[in-house]
Formats: sequence, C-alpha cells, structure tokens
Amino acid sequence: MRNGVLTIMNKELARFFGDKRMVVSILMPGVLIYIMYAFMGNAMGSAFGMDEDYTPAIQAVSLPGSMEALLPQTGFSLITGTDEEAAKEAVTNQELDLLLVFPEGFDEAVAAYEASSGAPAPNVEVYYNSASTNSSFAYRAVVDLMDAYEAQMVNKFDVNAGGEGYDLATAEDAAGSFFAMMMPLLLMIFLYSGCAAVAPESIAGEKERGTIATMLITPIRRSDVALGKILALALISMISAASSTVGAVLALPKMMGGMTEGVSADIYSIQDYLLLAAVIFSTVLVLVTVISILSAFAKTIKEAQTYVMPVMLVVMGLGIVGMFGGGASQELASYCIPLYNSVQCMMGVFSFTSLPLGVAATVGVNAAVTLLGVVVLAGMFNSEKIIFAR
Amino acid sequence: MRELLQVQDLTKTFQLSAKQQKLEKTKEKVRVAVNHLSFTAYEGEIFGLLGPNGAGKTTTLRLLATLIRPDSGDALVDGASVVREPGKVRGRIGFLTSELKLEDCFTPNYLFDFFAALHKVEPAVRDKRKKELFERFGIDRFAEVKVTNLSTGMKQKVSLVVSIAHDPDIIIFDEPTNGLDVLTAKVVTDFLQQLRDEGKTIIVSTHIFSLIEKLCDRVGIIISGKMIVCDTLDRVCGGMSLEDRFFEIYKETVGEAE
Repeated sequence: MRNGVLTIMNKELARFFGDKRMVVSILMPGVLIYIMYAFMGNAMGSAFGMDEDYTPAIQAVSLPGSMEALLPQTGFSLITGTDEEAAKEAVTNQELDLLLVFPEGFDEAVAAYEASSGAPAPNVEVYYNSASTNSSFAYRAVVDLMDAYEAQMVNKFDVNAGGEGYDLATAEDAAGSFFAMMMPLLLMIFLYSGCAAVAPESIAGEKERGTIATMLITPIRRSDVALGKILALALISMISAASSTVGAVLALPKMMGGMTEGVSADIYSIQDYLLLAAVIFSTVLVLVTVISILSAFAKTIKEAQTYVMPVMLVVMGLGIVGMFGGGASQELASYCIPLYNSVQCMMGVFSFTSLPLGVAATVGVNAAVTLLGVVVLAGMFNSEKIIFAR
Repeated sequence: MRELLQVQDLTKTFQLSAKQQKLEKTKEKVRVAVNHLSFTAYEGEIFGLLGPNGAGKTTTLRLLATLIRPDSGDALVDGASVVREPGKVRGRIGFLTSELKLEDCFTPNYLFDFFAALHKVEPAVRDKRKKELFERFGIDRFAEVKVTNLSTGMKQKVSLVVSIAHDPDIIIFDEPTNGLDVLTAKVVTDFLQQLRDEGKTIIVSTHIFSLIEKLCDRVGIIISGKMIVCDTLDRVCGGMSLEDRFFEIYKETVGEAE
C-alpha cells in the first residue's frame, strides 16, 4: 500500500482512538443491543407466560361428563357452580380465571348433532379476562383442549398422528433458517449505523473545521486521501458493526425465548464466519464510500447526516426484502447489484445455501464500486466548489 | 537573481449564485476575482501583496497553492506549473492562511510528524527540523498538548511551523500576523526575515501597511483583481509613506473605474 494511504489511515485511526467518547459511542450499541434484546425477551416471556407455581382456577356450569374427564388434563383447579353472574363478576375482578358455561344435556346434544342439518351446533360459552395474563393463558389452554376434542369427535383421518418425528429438518437447518431470516436485516442496519456514525464526521467534519484544505496543499495525491479515509473508516465501522452483531447474536435467542430453543450461533463453522466477514467488509466499503461521497457534498456534519438518510431507507428496504424473500438467490445476476448482493450472501451463509461464485461476485463487485467511489471522491477533493463551498 | 515565482497573466472568475447576487445587490452572474495578474518574485526576497478586502489577494494565493485552478494564465513555482504540475508545486511551497486549520484533537508533535510524512520528509531530517523549529518558537513547552487547549498565538505558531515542516524554498503567508499578540507577531516577522536571509522566497499578503514597510523588498498593489503597481518599496512609495501612496493609487484607480 502506498505511504500516503497509510499516513491518512493512521491519522484517521489515531483521531478515532484518541477520542474516548467516539470509541464508547461506537462500541456501546453492541452492549445496548444485548441488554435491550435480553430485556425484551424477558418482558415478552412475562407478558405471554404464566407463573410456574400458579394454578388457574376455572368454574364450570352444567359440566358434562365428557368434560369432567377432559378438563383435569389441564392441571387447573376446577370448581363447579350454578351462579353465572357471580362467577362472571369474579372473572372481571380477577378472582377467578375462567368461567365455562355448557348447555344442559351437552353430551347428548353433541352426539345427536348432524353438521349437514344446518342447525346451530351446541355452543360452549367461555368467559375470561384478557387483562389478566393467567386468565388469557387458561383461556388458550382450555379452548385448544376443546378444539382438539371436537376434531377427535368427527375424526375421519389423521395427519402426522403423534406429531413427533415428521419434521426432517436438522436442528442446524432450523437454527440456520432462523438466523437467515433475522440477521441480514439486523446486520445491514448495524453496518449502516457504524458507517453513518463516522463517515460524515470525517469528510464533512473536516470541511466544516477547515482541516481538509490544510491536507490538500501538501503533495499527497487526492486518491490517496480518499482511499486512506475510506479504508480507515471501513475498519472503524467494522468494529462498530462487530460490536452490534455480537450483541445481537448473543441476545437473539434470549429475545425469542422458547420459540428458538436450541438456536445458537455455534452451528456455523470458521469457514462460514470467514465468508461472512468477507461479505461484511466489502459491504462496509460500499456503504462508507457512498456515505463519504454524499458527505463531501455537504458543508456541515448536520447537512451530511441529512443527505445520507435515504441510504438508510435503501438498506432497510433491502434487509426487509431479504427477510421475506424466501432464501438466497441462486442466480449470479443477483450478486452483481451492490448491497442487494450483500443481503443475498448473508442469507446464503446463514442458511447454509451460499453460492460460492455469488460470494466471489459480491466481493468483486463491491470492490469495484469502492474503487470507482475512490476516483469520484478524489475528483471531489480536487473541486474548489466542493472544498470551498460556503 | 533567480526568478522563483513567475505569475503570468493569471485570471480567475467565480459564478455568483442567485443568493450572492441578491446579497451583493448585483445582476452580474460572474465575479472577476483575479484579472490578468502578472508578477515575479525572486530568490531571497519578501514580496508583499497589498490590497483592500476583496481585491483578490486570497484568491491569488489559493491559485499559487493549487487549491483552485485559474481560468487562464499560469504561474511557475520554481519552474513547476500550477496548472500542469500541481503536485510538484505543492511540494515546493509552504502555505499558511488563517482559513486553513489544524485538527484540534492532535498535539503539535503529532501534527508536525503527520505533515512531514505527507511531504515525504525522512524521519531523521524531520526530527532535526522539528527540534530546531519547536525550540525557536517555544513549542517544545506544549508539544504534547492537544491543539484544542492552545491559545490563538500558540496555534498560529504551530500552524506556521507545520506549514514549513518540509523546508520549502517558497513560503506563502496570508495575513501572517492576524490575531497575534505583539510578542508572537514579532517572533513571526523576525523569523520571516531570517528565512529571507537564508535565501527563501516569501510572499506575504496583507492589508497592514507597517508590516509591508517593515518586511518587504518589493510590493504589488492589487485592486479589483488587477495588479496596479509592482516594484520595489522605494519606487512604489516615491518618498511618500506607503499608506499615503496606497490611498493615492486607490483613488486614481477606483476613480478611473467609476
């Protein structure tokens, strides 16, 4: 690498690491993401789950024999009674979790009922209190149980009776599918955030402070200034993105709670991580280059931050497309569109379906875009309208 | 004497935006900042560019420093063209203006090394020169203090030293004593005279008459982008004080233009 590029890189890194506030602001998102996701996971668990040592109390009116045998399967405390109004008031006051009101002669009416007759089916009324987590939980459990009972009564055939052993996906595939859906969007946002935090400050900030012209009156090539800045900013952005990614990967299983039992990032090999690192670095280069060029148009950091906002929308849009896109593309052309190619590669790596040629094309295309950006930025550093814009 | 700087018919215009036109109450779309300017500076002399605000002094210096490109004309800096060889020119000049700032988060020591590296100065040469300059300007007392914590005078000293880290033969200073206290200003003017004695060519732009009278061997008076007079100080003044002579010339020129 040329000396001029290294000199500029050293200066940018020294400026960054010499400012403790900047270092903290770059590393803090990872810690915050971990804390936030873990907290959200706990909060969601509390919102939709029930205390382990709590036994919901349910009251049944006109309890038929069939249900007398069925309801104890829930493990809930069952009481019988006849005063519907008092029981409803108890549910409202959260003193009782559920009230089941069966029609008289329920079992006989069910046995005699013909669906083809068009007559209304016997109806069970289940009263619950949605403001109470315990009542809501008891409601879902009892309704599920009765639905299953109803299905059993008209049973003509079964699908996957027993339910176990039919999903042939490995635990790795399931975890991979989960990461492939969640991580590309998160990663793209983290990468953008890292770049947007440092590039406007370095490019528009230097213009605003009047320090860039001081550098440009030395014999250093404009392309060396542009490349040195882009490489240094990419490294700093990578640190930020790495912090956020580690935080997210560690916290995602916590956030998703029981839905992702067994999901862990250790399903990926070193090779997967290396591929991902190559894709991420090339993506960061593209993002830093685009944000640097937009920042060079701005007179102040604030103005630059306004200019780069549309990039965030593009990045989020691409991440969302990836989330619902149904897996990584197997067409090489998809890997020739900057940023879209990054999302495809990330999905491929996470779901173990990456196209090696696609990853190579992505890194190549992104490197070419970066080099083109360096030429454009160098040209902008040569423009008096850009450097001395007031 | 060797001609180290030859400015040849240099012209620079700027487009005025609608906002600028409104602000300056003019319908002109183009402002001629430098108008067919020519002058020569010789080895071992201090050349002063004198003119009112907006005369085109700073634009001329920016053109010489290759920060902007001329519309026409050229300037040769020790033989290198500002149009065709801007990289060479930048390596041969030291340029200091109040517009150019140093990064606040670095120390004078770091900045000197950084700018020396940009000029490809060998580390051994750099360290020797840094020691000399830092001692001369008393910067060694605050060499490891971040620029943000320095006074205006200290910052100006650091800017000056950093701008000549590579020991250039041609030094271009825009308002070199602006904002300095008398003591620091004296250090700077003494240093400029020492550089001249060492054979350097120094171009100084200012509107302070006493500075020109004290320092300069020759002077060029610029009004509205044009070089009105360019000669030795004695010939320009013709027995008058520089201030009186300048206003006489200014009245003649602006009066003629009107």
